[in-house]
Amino acid sequence: MAEPIVGIDLGTTNSLVAYMQGDSPVVIPGEDGLNLVPSVVALDENNQVIVGNDARRYLIETPERAVYSVKRLMGRGVEDILEELKLFPFRLADDLQSGEVIRIKLGAKTFTPPEISAFILRQLKRNAERFFGGPVTKAVITVPAYFNDAQRQATKDAGRIAGLNVLRLVNEPTAASLAYGLDKKKNGIVAVYDLGGGTFDISILKLHDGIFEVIATNGDTHLGGDDIDNLLIAIALDDIRGDLGLEFGNEVRRSGEAVARIRQAVIEAKIVLSSQPTAKLDVDLPDGKKYQREISLEVFEQMIQPIIDRTVGPCKQALKDARLKPEQIDEIVLVGGSTRIPKVRRLVQDLFQRVPHTDLNPDEVVALGAAVQANILGGGSDITKEMLLLDVTPLSLGIEVAGGVTDKIILRNSTIPASATQYYTTQVDGQTNVAIHVLQGERELARDCRSLARFDLKGVPPMPAGLPRIEVKFLIDANGILRVSAREQRSGKEAEIDVQPTYGLTDEQVENMLLASFDYAEEDFRQRQVIEARREADTILTALAKGKKNQAWQELTNDERRNVETLEKALVAVKDGDDHHAIRGGIDALNEATMRLAELMMDTAVSTALKGKAMDDTDLEEGPQAGHPVAKAEFK
Amino acid sequence: MPGQAPGDATPSCWSCGTMRAVHFCSSCGKVQPPVPVDYFTFFGFPRKLNLDTAELEREFYALSRRLHPDVFGQAETQERTWSLEQSSMLNDAYRTLKDPIKRTEYLLRLEGVELEEQSKQATEKARATGELKKQAVPPDLLEEVFELNMHLEELRMQKKMGEDDPALLEEIGKAKLSLEEKNGALLNELKAEWSKWDKAVEERSEDNGTKSDRRKILDRMLDVLNRRNYVRNLVRDVNEALES
Repeated sequence: MAEPIVGIDLGTTNSLVAYMQGDSPVVIPGEDGLNLVPSVVALDENNQVIVGNDARRYLIETPERAVYSVKRLMGRGVEDILEELKLFPFRLADDLQSGEVIRIKLGAKTFTPPEISAFILRQLKRNAERFFGGPVTKAVITVPAYFNDAQRQATKDAGRIAGLNVLRLVNEPTAASLAYGLDKKKNGIVAVYDLGGGTFDISILKLHDGIFEVIATNGDTHLGGDDIDNLLIAIALDDIRGDLGLEFGNEVRRSGEAVARIRQAVIEAKIVLSSQPTAKLDVDLPDGKKYQREISLEVFEQMIQPIIDRTVGPCKQALKDARLKPEQIDEIVLVGGSTRIPKVRRLVQDLFQRVPHTDLNPDEVVALGAAVQANILGGGSDITKEMLLLDVTPLSLGIEVAGGVTDKIILRNSTIPASATQYYTTQVDGQTNVAIHVLQGERELARDCRSLARFDLKGVPPMPAGLPRIEVKFLIDANGILRVSAREQRSGKEAEIDVQPTYGLTDEQVENMLLASFDYAEEDFRQRQVIEARREADTILTALAKGKKNQAWQELTNDERRNVETLEKALVAVKDGDDHHAIRGGIDALNEATMRLAELMMDTAVSTALKGKAMDDTDLEEGPQAGHPVAKAEFK
Repeated sequence: MPGQAPGDATPSCWSCGTMRAVHFCSSCGKVQPPVPVDYFTFFGFPRKLNLDTAELEREFYALSRRLHPDVFGQAETQERTWSLEQSSMLNDAYRTLKDPIKRTEYLLRLEGVELEEQSKQATEKARATGELKKQAVPPDLLEEVFELNMHLEELRMQKKMGEDDPALLEEIGKAKLSLEEKNGALLNELKAEWSKWDKAVEERSEDNGTKSDRRKILDRMLDVLNRRNYVRNLVRDVNEALES
């Protein structure tokens, strides 16, 4: 079998890996049998990385060693995330410089968001490798449709750091439509409403004989279930200040553990309210105090209204861009865990005047669609060979021109791959350098758009202003990632860059992180082997110490005793080193040398037993041949 | 023509050597390195403006199936690069040709009419000769625009004061409707020029008389586009004032 290509949904709250099994995509479960891997990363006391369900308890027990919702930080700078820092317990590295890629503290170490995402991807990769019994190195990863170039680059970097060749980044709602359209095989206009843990996307697609053509997309990369949780936490903290006093309330607010408990309780209440009319909050607070409250569905819906209303604008804009009226939409597909909230479903129904589809599992459909796309890229199978995805760029791309104005070169909702060329000239006589500032966004002024990259076209021969003819060429690939080149046509002077995001990692940094992650993984594995070998050595040395007190020791020849003692010293000497091969070698040698001692002890034990002596005193189980079971080191 | 060197007018396929289309080989189906062709040629269409958009879409889908990078997931780097370049050109061509205004503008540029420069020149020429001024308010709109701008100013003032005047909104609504009608009329005027252009293309005559006839058609199209731009900007102003 050729190496499988997997589809990965790298979500804000949960991540999944799926692949195409025959004609249908299926999710690959983790070792715990669960499909969802929570996007939580923690470092344990031995600085071992823990991912997923096992990492969740660290959020409460040692919140300073755990991180969640890191997707919110992908491809962003410190100044971009000031709002997030108020709401999320992200701990930034102390020595962070302005303009540098963010680093998050986990215990005493710091990691960039792509590295943390890479830990999650590595876990999914391991799950898939365990499932297939072989290496998995190729993947399709999904991103929110409204992710900008920097956020896409950061996701691709995360894949590379995890040792994955990312064949394609696919937009989440588009992936969902692939999973949806796979068995429907219907032509028509479909809208995908995707409200996840941290991001919102709306995409409108035209399905035509297996072609999935995105007509328009819109969204908000900072809107999702997290915002509902944060609102409920804020309300709870207000309540606590009101009920238990301002001072105590502030103390709770500062306690990472208490806030983490409240967060867990409001998430549970939110889930209950999707099927029950009321939910109870019951949280243990410091000093034996408690926070208790009952929330009715009605109150909950009032509270979240302003948040879910923020999805309306993007939906209307997408319809407008697609030049469609709501009634022209044939089907609505719901994606993302937050679409389980009944109020969200009613909002979608009112907006599109149509009952949305709820037959697909909103948590899994994106990963399943990624698996379909992975299959297509792998050459396709009978069921996918007619399928083709035509996606769009969510945001306009351009450059800054004189006066700080954005000149758009590729407009939003252009089908990708897309290219465009614009011509510019100089402003000053004899100008030899031209600054190209690449921008993404819809606003008129450069300072209101996202700055993607800056580079200089150097060495333009001095000419009067207005004479040079500078050609700027944009090319967006099928991943939605931009490449820019600039050329002065009269002189042929050229400059080309793969847009290096202003807040992105350089290729070199990614390479180093990739190597470090290999080291890190190997280091983990090696350290684990050392620890286990040491444990085994301790066992055999303890047993030998007891054996020496046994009369069987005296029955050995002088040479035998000397040999055993030499090997014992040798093992003690290597035991505290960190070469597990040496330790193992010492254990094996000592084991062999003490073979006769063990036999003799066994005989003694039997004869002692015959004499009616209690087995306990004979140290039978503690003999050199009967070491404690030691867990086999597993490749982690 | 097998064996023909690449770079000629009808180059041969790099893979099997037979003559090929501009994007993929009609014999072996392999993607080809891009050649600079105009968007009409890319689709195999004549340079005409009345275009069957359903056929355009069919061709777009058919070419997408052959050129899109997804189809080249397992191909060599070189073919993947060509596929990226070819499919981006396909998408650009489709985006331009399916929209009636973009299609017209593209044809004008293709025929050597620099849209902005031309309109600037046209304005200067008009100023010099006293003919119709293309950049200025179209004369038939003069009165309407004057009134509308007053209403819009009033609306902005009222919004600032937090007042609400239904009669004013109704006036503006009426004006907007009239502008949209005008927009439709201009599109029809443009389409009439399309037909004249297409007829001239069919005749394929290169004598000087026809050439200058064709130039006149292009100029008239430019004039319609300029007027339409003016109307469209007004509609945008109205919408902005209403929404703000």
